[in-house]
Formats: sequence, C-alpha cells, structure tokens
Amino acid sequence: MGFFRNIFGGGAESASSKSEVERVPRRSTGFNQFTRTILRPDGQKILDLGPTSPSNITYLTGLGHKAYNEDVLAEANESRLIIPGPEEGSKTVDVERFLAEDLCYDPETFDAVLMWDVCDYLPEPLVKPVVDRIYQITKPRGAVLAFFHTREAGVEAPYHRYHIKDDNILELQQGPHFKLQRTFQNRHIEGLFHDFNSIKFFLGKENIREVLLLR
Amino acid sequence: METYRADVAHIGKSVIIKGELSGSEDLYLDGEVEGNIDLHNHNLVIGPNGRVRANVHAKDVVIHGKVDGKITGVDKVELKKSAVLNGDITTQRIVIEDGAFFKGAIDIRKADAKAEPVRAAVQAAAATPTVNAPAPFTIPSGIPEKK
Repeated sequence: MGFFRNIFGGGAESASSKSEVERVPRRSTGFNQFTRTILRPDGQKILDLGPTSPSNITYLTGLGHKAYNEDVLAEANESRLIIPGPEEGSKTVDVERFLAEDLCYDPETFDAVLMWDVCDYLPEPLVKPVVDRIYQITKPRGAVLAFFHTREAGVEAPYHRYHIKDDNILELQQGPHFKLQRTFQNRHIEGLFHDFNSIKFFLGKENIREVLLLR
Repeated sequence: METYRADVAHIGKSVIIKGELSGSEDLYLDGEVEGNIDLHNHNLVIGPNGRVRANVHAKDVVIHGKVDGKITGVDKVELKKSAVLNGDITTQRIVIEDGAFFKGAIDIRKADAKAEPVRAAVQAAAATPTVNAPAPFTIPSGIPEKK
C-alpha cells in the first residue's frame, strides 16, 4: 500500500468539513425493534434510503448482510427531474422519470428497508409512488423503518442524517438543507402504508415518531 | 501530494480510452475510460479527475473520481470523500469516507472466518441494552470512533 501513501501524502486523510458536523446520539426504540427483525441468518438484503453513511454500511455488512444504498432525497431533488407544472410558471417533479431511474429493483428484493424520515421531505408528487415502490420491492414479512416529524417539530425542523451507532442508538447529524414538506398525522401514515400487514408506532425524542412496518 | 513513480502506470486527465483496459501493474487513472478494466492482482487508483464508465476488477481499488460500473476489489475498495460511485461493490473490505456518494449494493465476501465472531458479538449486544457493537471494519479517518 506504499504506492497509495506516496500518491496521497501518506497517512490518513484529514477530515472534511462535512464530517466534522457534530453527531448527536439518540436512543431509538424503533430502530432496536427493526434490528431484531434482521438478526436472522446473514445474507439479507437491506436498503438504506439515506445519504451514504459509512457507519450504516459498516453495521449492516458487519451483520453479514448485503447493504444497498440509495439517497432518495438527493435523487428526488436533482434538477433533471424538474419539469413544468400544470399551471403556467409552476414546476413539478417528473415522477415517471424518477421511478424509471431510481429505486429500480426486482419485486420482493429486500428483507428490510431503512426509510428514515424521507417521506417528510420528499416533493409531494413522489410520496405515494415512493411508498408504493418500497412496498413492491420489500419481501413479504420484510420490515420497513420510517420516521415522521410531529407537528411540534415545526416547519423549520432541520434535516438530519441518521448514522447507526449500535442496535439501540442512532447518531443524528445535520445534513444537506432539505425543507420539511409536511407533517403526517397517525391516520395519514396508516393510510399511506395501508398495504402493509402491520404498523407499530414508537414515540422518539425531538418530536419524531418512529414507525415499524411489516409487509 | 501526488508524486510520479516509474513502477505505476499513469493515465492523465486528458486521456480518453474506449475499450478493454488490462495490465499487470498498478495503475493511477485520472482520465476517462469507457469499457472494462481488469488489473488482476494489482491496484487501481481513480484520481479526482477520473471518469470511468466500466466494470472494474483489481486487488485494491481507491476511488476519488466518478465511476459508473461494478467494482470488484479482491482485497479492498476505498471511496474517498470526493468519490461518486453508481454501481455495486464486491470486496473483502470496504472503507468509505464521509462525503462519498454511493448508489448500489455492497457485498462483503471474506476469505476467512473473521466475520463469524463479529456477527456473534453484534447479536449478543442486541440482547444486552447497553453494550456497543464492535466495528468490524476500518473506520475511515475523519469518522468519529464508535466507542
């Protein structure tokens, strides 16, 4: 590996400003319940819909699973997806193109999906299609973990990346600036995921509801 | 700081290659390649200006630039903070710097049985509320320790 050290000045790379943003640990009952569903034999396929997180990949592959990563919010906010809206001067998201280029997996591929709080930040036209797609690509009895802000979080609730510290604790790190698009009430969440067989709510800290779904 | 070494093949940022690229020496690639890259038991570094649309097979693969394709690093794959990878990774060891963009699957295929004790430790930790799971892989620099 001397070749690489000589090319890049030797030793470990210094931290980028992005990685210096503080991580705040938070105990998560929802995540703990989620991990219990994936402590089966290894080789499961787990999809993480958040930004690329070395911690998450380390955790999931450490369990012997195959980790998939797709930053849905980054993809959904790409300029290539912005198209003229129905009203003059308005803009909307090209849902068809998004579904053709993103979350493209065979049906019933994944044993579990980490949605985090994606639904709170997605552009409106994408919310239902993304949930429907997640349902299609999740195996029967597969688990989906989703977080939702409560109304008390406020419209300025900052977006956080979720890093897995262990099976009980997540670390929140303020991430790219995505605007909170909506807050769901429980009945709306139940309606959004009505195709799933079971839904469990857990109240988390910082005005977050944690929801564990089983397909 | 990049230094030139005679025993490492170097493709500069102005070079564009379309086709099969293979070799039996380490390669530093900072140009554009479209096709297939196979270095067998040698190492590949894709520099910050590198733009690769190819499947890659090498011993160690370090990515600073942009890659669309499957990556097979027989020993290790490393994504630096400027890396943008669309494609699956198959390797024994993965190192990802915070800031790297990755879209795809990571399949860790260990050559030995080291993964077994680590999984057992993580599963035991799940039954005990306050035990931290050990990190089985190298933590890239800049990432907070998980202790």
